[in-house]
Amino acid sequence: MIKKSKKKKKIIGDVVSKDVSQNWVYSAIVKDHFFHPRNFLDREPKKGEFDAEGIVGSPACGDVMRMWIKVDKKTNKIKDLKWKTFGCATAIASTSMFSVMVTENGGMEINEALKITPQDVVKRLGGLPAIKIHCSVLADQAFKAAVKNYLSRQRK
Amino acid sequence: MDKNKIKKIIYMDYAATTPVAIEVKKEMEKYWSEIYGNPSSLHSLGRMAREAIDNARSRIAKILNCGTDEVIFTAGGTESDNLAIFGVAHKYKDYGKHIIVSKIEHHAILRPCEVLEKEGFEITYLDVDKDGIVNLEKLAKSLRKDTILVSIMYANNEIGTIQPILEIAKIISDFKFKMQNERKTLPLFHTDACQAAGFLDLNVKNLGVDLMTLNGSKIYGPKQIAILYKKSGVKLEPLIYGGGQEFNLRSGTENLPLIVGLAKALELVEKNKKFEVKRLTKLRDYFIKKILKLIPQSILNGHAIKRLPNNINVSILGVEGESVILMLDDYGICASTGSACNSKSLEPSHVIMALGKAEAKEVAHSSIRFTLGKFTNKKEIDYVLKVLPGIIERLRSISAITAKK
Repeated sequence: MIKKSKKKKKIIGDVVSKDVSQNWVYSAIVKDHFFHPRNFLDREPKKGEFDAEGIVGSPACGDVMRMWIKVDKKTNKIKDLKWKTFGCATAIASTSMFSVMVTENGGMEINEALKITPQDVVKRLGGLPAIKIHCSVLADQAFKAAVKNYLSRQRK
Repeated sequence: MDKNKIKKIIYMDYAATTPVAIEVKKEMEKYWSEIYGNPSSLHSLGRMAREAIDNARSRIAKILNCGTDEVIFTAGGTESDNLAIFGVAHKYKDYGKHIIVSKIEHHAILRPCEVLEKEGFEITYLDVDKDGIVNLEKLAKSLRKDTILVSIMYANNEIGTIQPILEIAKIISDFKFKMQNERKTLPLFHTDACQAAGFLDLNVKNLGVDLMTLNGSKIYGPKQIAILYKKSGVKLEPLIYGGGQEFNLRSGTENLPLIVGLAKALELVEKNKKFEVKRLTKLRDYFIKKILKLIPQSILNGHAIKRLPNNINVSILGVEGESVILMLDDYGICASTGSACNSKSLEPSHVIMALGKAEAKEVAHSSIRFTLGKFTNKKEIDYVLKVLPGIIERLRSISAITAKK
């Protein structure tokens, strides 16, 4: 009996409930990035350490994101990106993943990095519970704010 | 972090739900496949089922100090709350369309109220003080000629604050006496006692309530079974129509195993009440004292003394609740949070928001609730106290909000 049901389970294994709103399970990648976040800054930045800073959200809304970038002026590539957040697991994991995506392979060019959507991050994370998607947009917004800050500093 | 990890589960979410007691399970056993008759059937199996329901009902009535015809079985605390709110509203709407509830009621009360607002009812949401206690003066002032119902929970599920039910009942009865008119039974008083059961007095005569909700899942009984105590003479419009079971107030074939289980569960928690209240109060106070001492920038939510013996709710500023819960989970510790990131509504806890603290939203997002139960011991609490400071330190190092002095 048990053997039979196990077999059956295997066959229907990829059939999941369409009601994802009740689903709280995080993917292994999300968990990894939550428990071991990449590129976060565990202190205040030193003066001149970064080229620009972006801040979005507010503690009142339950989410604050600060992001710092360092840009290679010749190539316009992101050399370094660090962040801090008062956020939930999803915010932490998606920002961590965002920071990896922007800095991997020698760094992304600013214009390319601006094209990264929250959906791209979610995809790399192996998906998110539907109701947590909104928590993943913060990194994207903070990055845009940081780039804006960078461009205005460059003009000066 | 990993080396401290243990496989054992430390359950500190008893206010969410409780494990079914072995004794309860045993009591339910024969009502699944042996005595499975429909209590409305005339034959022997039906009669046996009927007898079991009657027996369970009278055991519950004895604990509540009420008549057996005053105990209505429903499919859960939410249904009982809904039945109380909609049942009274729709039955007495010709006498008035005003209802008073507190701002920190469970959603099973607040959502029905929102629906009633759309139907033309007027709802007064009473303020609570910084500890979550209902403002009695405002209650007295809010009572009107057209008030048909006051619903205030016995003890709050999130912050554990216990409401002065006797005083509330007195205010309502004084008002009724003053009004002395053709509708002197109104307003009715309902209390949601789901969290109170097992800790506080459930004698409805002492409490002075007209309606009271109690459920199984918080008292080591089965889920999806509850009662609504309804004082005789109080009328309700049913939510569910059909075969006329439960005094025509809740149709549908009675769920016999769960009903029997609920009666047993209630008896057990009543029996152990005195001992458990004393034991858990001691553990609670130890836990709270230690957290506030070990973790800088942590504050207690709810009243320090007028509080359920099993409830610990603290806000740890600068860290987000869900992150803390997930990290605790990694250590096998089950707790809960009022953060929006843990809710489907995307709004942080309405209870903690109602306490009127400065930076209420941040406090709500940072709130962590530990609720103790019959299997909690000091060793478990000490384990949590050992791992929590490290978790907080780590999350604070990631946090974009620097802890304020």
